[in-house]
Order: sequence, then structure tokens, then C-alpha cells
Amino acid sequence: MIDMATARIAYREIKGGTAYWSLLLGLGALVLIGLGSAWYMEHHGHIVTGMSNRIVWGIPHVFAIFLILAASGVLNIASIASVFDGKPYKPLARMSGLMAIALLVGGLAVLVLDLGRPERLIVAMTTYNFKSIFAWNIFLYTGFLVVVMAYLFVQMEATMHAYVKAAGWFALVWRLVLTSGTGSIFGWLVARQAYDAAIMAPFFIAMSFAYGLAVFILVLMVVCKINGRELGDALIDRLARLLGVFAGAVLYMTAVMHLTNLYAAEHGGVERFILADGGIYTAAFWLGHILVGCLAPMVLLLYPAFRASRALVASACGLVIAGAIAHLYVIIIGGQAFPLLMFPGQEVSSSFFDGVIAPYSPSLPEFGLAVGGVALALAITLAGMRVLRFMPKNLADERAEPTAKQSPA
Amino acid sequence: MVNQIARFVFLAGSMLLGVLVFQPAPGVGAVAAEASGVPVPSPTKGRGDKCVAETSYIRRYHMNLLSHQRDDTVHDGIRTKQFSLKECVDCHAVKGADSKPVAYDDPSHFCRSCHDYAAVAIDCFECHDSKPQKSAATGEAFRGALLALEGYLKARKP
Amino acid sequence: MSQRRDDQASAQEHSRRDILRGAAALGGVALAPGVTLHLIGGEAAARPVEEAVSDAHRWGMLIDAGKCGDGCQACVTACSEENGWDLDARDPTDSQWIRKVELRDPKSGAERTLPMMCQHCASPPCVDVCPTGASFKRADGIVLVDKHTCIGCRYCVMACPYNARSFVHEPLTDQKAHAPRGKGTVESCTMCVHRVDAGRQPACVERCNDAAGGAMLFGDLNDPTSEISRRIAKYATARVRADLGLDTGVYYRNI
Repeated sequence: MIDMATARIAYREIKGGTAYWSLLLGLGALVLIGLGSAWYMEHHGHIVTGMSNRIVWGIPHVFAIFLILAASGVLNIASIASVFDGKPYKPLARMSGLMAIALLVGGLAVLVLDLGRPERLIVAMTTYNFKSIFAWNIFLYTGFLVVVMAYLFVQMEATMHAYVKAAGWFALVWRLVLTSGTGSIFGWLVARQAYDAAIMAPFFIAMSFAYGLAVFILVLMVVCKINGRELGDALIDRLARLLGVFAGAVLYMTAVMHLTNLYAAEHGGVERFILADGGIYTAAFWLGHILVGCLAPMVLLLYPAFRASRALVASACGLVIAGAIAHLYVIIIGGQAFPLLMFPGQEVSSSFFDGVIAPYSPSLPEFGLAVGGVALALAITLAGMRVLRFMPKNLADERAEPTAKQSPA
Repeated sequence: MVNQIARFVFLAGSMLLGVLVFQPAPGVGAVAAEASGVPVPSPTKGRGDKCVAETSYIRRYHMNLLSHQRDDTVHDGIRTKQFSLKECVDCHAVKGADSKPVAYDDPSHFCRSCHDYAAVAIDCFECHDSKPQKSAATGEAFRGALLALEGYLKARKP
Repeated sequence: MSQRRDDQASAQEHSRRDILRGAAALGGVALAPGVTLHLIGGEAAARPVEEAVSDAHRWGMLIDAGKCGDGCQACVTACSEENGWDLDARDPTDSQWIRKVELRDPKSGAERTLPMMCQHCASPPCVDVCPTGASFKRADGIVLVDKHTCIGCRYCVMACPYNARSFVHEPLTDQKAHAPRGKGTVESCTMCVHRVDAGRQPACVERCNDAAGGAMLFGDLNDPTSEISRRIAKYATARVRADLGLDTGVYYRNI
């Protein structure tokens, strides 16, 4: 992008140097740890993990789903810019696209490497049972990468600007379907008390908005700080307020889902488990998800005096992310820990752990793989910004004024 | 531009032609390998005087045959014996030092003698047993008959 | 009381058929390889090896929990011996294709026990959710896992309302030739499909009838004259989680 006197947005690669390389190498080390964990799990079998026949999806899946939801949500910024003509967001649209790709690649890497037979990825990508929402998701995830790459291309190639709006719409619809599909992975399971709910699809969309934006704001702040690029207060104010609203949306969805379940006697057992009796799951729900993930960020982000502080805004983003992990832990692992109700009303026991809350203690390889995926996403983001022009040179408020002539984004 | 394309097509085409025309005859590669000092695989002969199909055909296409057979067996319940993996393992059992058939982790296993040489890893034996199992059919049928007799006699008692 | 005589008579008939079947099987095995005998009568006639399975039959089971012995593990032991999974180790990571479930009514204290295995649903959730189609339903109703296609994602384990599926958590050796199983794939009760194709009964049913309470019955649900169909028509039977509308192939009495 040429920096002209008419104040078009100028993008520039982030600078190299010690900070960049030490960060990248650190992330690379974490990625290697992730790969090592994956090899260890694949070679010895899942017996080296904390997963079992009752808890088949563990910490790797919690983080993978977080990364996938964040990937979808982080593209919000570009969508608001291209589709809804939100001028202040236009400079951020390229970075939003890059992060969407990076986070999705990180999430997919964790999912694929946790498979029982990861070497059969080719089978997974060529043999589809289209009745399975999981199969659709494989198609939607890989397609998302192509769609966002095309979207980035039309933004970054001067002669293709005419197509930005159409690409933006396409990407928006694609990711709404993708996120609904991710929620439906759980929502379409009739077997388990904690799932089997239509609300899971829109719930996951609300979650993706919050998680994606939290990650975006943090990365934006860190990159601008390290590279000495100006980041306007008005812009941060906008993003922070938006995140506060999204956290509120997640809280709303939580309330709707649980209040509806509480009203029906048949769901009383699982609700009592999550909201009261579940030990770590109850703690993760109330402290992690509700307090840390929703209420505290809402206070910090919606109350202007708090929002004015960058440090508090960054903390709020961190809280949203921590709450996200707790929330996904309750959904994914809590949902499995609660036993199946094969014989409603009866006390059930067996040698296959029927009728009991299943224990789960995550193992080191699981955390290794999960962290490796996060590191991969961040490494791709960092390296991408170094190699290509994703980051605007200057995000000071004067630049972000809506009245100034802007290049389409 | 046209020159570049033409050059590329010519190069690619001649390479393809070369590969197609100069197919090494079976054994040529082996002779060459022999000369280089790498031991050529000499798999132990299986039972009987020949395999279920021509040896050179089986050597090249056994994976295709097995892959097709496994779909037939698993999905359609077709259990013909000609290309059944169980029959291959039964026939091509290699006896170890203790005169018992060796498993896949032993380098003298029949499949390993070629697959190690070609460095083509196979995962069949992660699920399938690599040793022949004594045909249980006779034993089972006999046992079944005995148990049925026992049951009948028991039921007859007033 | 005529019911008891009926039961006895059919049990005798069943035993007579068993002997004839056993003798015929013995004879069949002795014949030249490749020649198969259609066994005389019986619930499951052997299908010729080159013939594909069809929906002419739908295999199912009827389990009478009333005859199921408290503490009896005959079906579980039989399955583990037949299919080669380890009975002794009982970690949550160990496979169980069939298990005895103990039920207790919290109000009345009434207790029952019954074997629980893959219910071989006509609309299996595990088949719906499998991304590669490895989890599939055979034409004759038996639900299986094609381990060549299974990528080990465990979504079917999440989806099964009966906890029927197990994931293999460690490398295995010395598998049975007729029941291949391996690390990283998912497995469950196959209704002894290798036996059914050969005209025999699942191992659990056979052991229960031969050496235990005689609580299990296997047969063709599509055949109205089969023993299982007649009993289901005659007695009050129930299916587990019938409310899910999965049309399971396993029926229970006295649960």
C-alpha cells in the first residue's frame, strides 16, 4: 500500500530484531514440545494421557475448540470493516484475516495430532460421511482457510479491491456456518444430558465473538508495543466496548441454556452437577466462566473509567480467555463426566463405570499438545506480520478518523 | 514465453517417455542391487507350489487385492479365501528358532523380508495377528456338538 | 404352567437342532475347502462365503433379565475369550465390549442385573456422527467399525447413548484372527459377526444358554416365525432408551 498524502492506510511489515526473534524462537520451542507430545501420544497410545473410555475428549480438545472459535471470531473485525463499512476497523482487517488463518491452523493441528490414527488424515480428507457434522466441519475448516486467503488477497492486491465486499460477505457467512457447525458437534448429540440442545450453535457463535476479539486486542496491543507503532485510545475504546458487549452476550446465552434446563425435571441431574455438586466443574463454571470470563470483563470493559486504562483492558482480555478455557472445560469434559442416563430414575453401576461421575486428571502430554497449538497460531501470526504487510504503520486516532479518505479494506 | 512453455513440455514429456520405456525388467534392479552390496530380499517360500495368483502379479498388486478384499469382507460379509489376509498369513508363516511361527516384530517375518528392503511401512499388523492361528473351526464345531448333546440330555431329565 | 412346558419344549427343540447343527458343522468342516453346507434349520443359516450380506435378515437379541444371574459373568467372559479383549484389567482405559449392569431402584431397593452391549440400532447415532463412515451399519443390521477407515476421533464414543464403544488406548498383540483390533481405533460388540456369517450364534448367547441362566436369545427379527420374533410378539419387552427412537436390535424382558 502506498503511503500517499491523501492519508490512505499504510501497512508495513513488523520489524525483526531481538524481540521478534526471541519471541518467535520461544514459540517455536513450544511448537516442538507440542509435536513431541503428539508423537509420544501416538506412539504409546492414549493410555499415556488422562483420557479414558468415559472421557474421550480432554484438554487438547478444550484448547482446540478455543482456537477454532477464536479463529472464527477474530474475523469479526474484518467483517465489520468490509461488510458493515465500519471505517475505524478497516486498518485492522488484514491482521484480522491473518489471525483467523493462524488460529484455525493451530486448532486444527491440535485436533489432528490427537487423533487415534493421525496418519489417516488423508482418509479423513477424502472419505466423508455427510450425515456427520464432524465431516462437514472438516470441509468447513479447510474451506475457511481458502476463503480467508482469498479475502486477504483481494484486500492486499490493489487491482482486486472491487471484490472486497463480496469476499467479506462470503467469509462472514462461511464462518457463521462453521461456528454453528462447531456448536452442533455437541448440540446434535442426543446421548448426553449436557448436550442435545439447539442453543449450542448460536451459543458458540456468541462465544466465538468474545474469544476472538479478546485474542485480537491482546495481540494488537503486544505487536504495537514491541514495534513502537501508535495505537489510538479511541480505537482501543471501541474494541474494548465491543468485547464487553460480547461477554454480555455469552452470559445471556449461558443464562438461557441453564434456566431452560433447570425448568425441566429431566435435566435436573446434570444441572445440579454443573451448578452445585460437580466439584471442579462447578468451580470452573461459577468462578471461571461466570465471574472471571463474563462478569469481571464486563465491569472492566463497560465502565468508562476502567476502560480508559490500557492495562485494565488487557487484563480484561486475559480474563475472557481464562474464562473461555474454564467454560469449554465445563462443556466438553463436564459433559462427558456426567454419566449417561440409560435407566432414568435407577441407580446404575457396572464394571464399565456406568452411573458414576467419571474422573479425569489431564496429563502433561495433553497440555504439551494444547500449548503447542496455541504457540503455532501465535508463531504464524508473528511470522506472517514480519513477512507480509498485515500491520498498519500507524493506528493513532488521527489516522483512524472516519472523515479522512480511506482505502477500502 | 511460448519458448519457455515449449521447453518445459519437451523436458517433461521426454522424462515421462523415458520412465515408461525404460522400465527395469524384474530382477534387473535386483541384480544391480546385488552388485552394490545390499542384500536382496529372499522371502521364505510359502506352503504349496504357488501363490493364489501369479507371483509377479501378486508382488505388485497384493495391496490392491487386500484393500479390495477387506472392503468386501467388512462391509458385505464376503469371506472368500483367495485374497484373504488370514490365508496369506497362514500360508506364509515363517518358523523361528523355537519352530513356532514368528510375529511381525521379528525381521524374518515373511512380509518384512520385502517391506524392510523397500522401506515401505505397513500397519496391517497393528490390528491383525501376524501369526497363523490354528483353525478353530474343527475344534469349535466339535465342542459345539458336545455342548449341544449335554444340553439336550440335561433338558431331557424330568 | 403351559408356558413352562412351552419353554421346555422349545428348549428341547433348540437342543436337538443344536446337535444336528453341530454334527452338520463337523461334517461341513471335513468336506473339501470352499464347499459350504447350508446348515439344517437353526436361527442363523450359514451364508455362502462369496455371497454378500443383505437385508433379508435383521439380527437381534432378546435378553431376559429375570433369568440373568446376579454376579454371573458368563456372557462377559465368553465375549472376552472369543474376541480377545482383556477381562482382568478394569481401568477406565480398558475395552469392554459387554458388561453386566446392576440396577437398583432408589425408592424400593429392588435390584436387577442385565448385560449391556452395543444395541445395534437401526438408526445408530454412532453411524450418523462418524466423519469417515468407518462406523457403519451392515445390511443385516449389525453395527460395526471398519477399522481400516477409523481415524480414532472418538466422536462415536461421545454419541453412543449406551456407552457401547471403547477406544483402544495401547498397542495390542496376539489378536484373534477373526476379531482384529488395534491401537487408535474404536471398537464395540460385533454381535460376533464372524460367527453369524458362519451360521452360529454370538459367543455370549451360546455361553449363556450352554452354561448359565439361558437368559439370552439371538435370532432374526425380520422373520416372524423365528423364536425371537415370536417371543417379542408374545411377551412384554422393552428397549433401553426407547424414547430416543433408535430402534435398537436388542430387546429386554423384566427390566
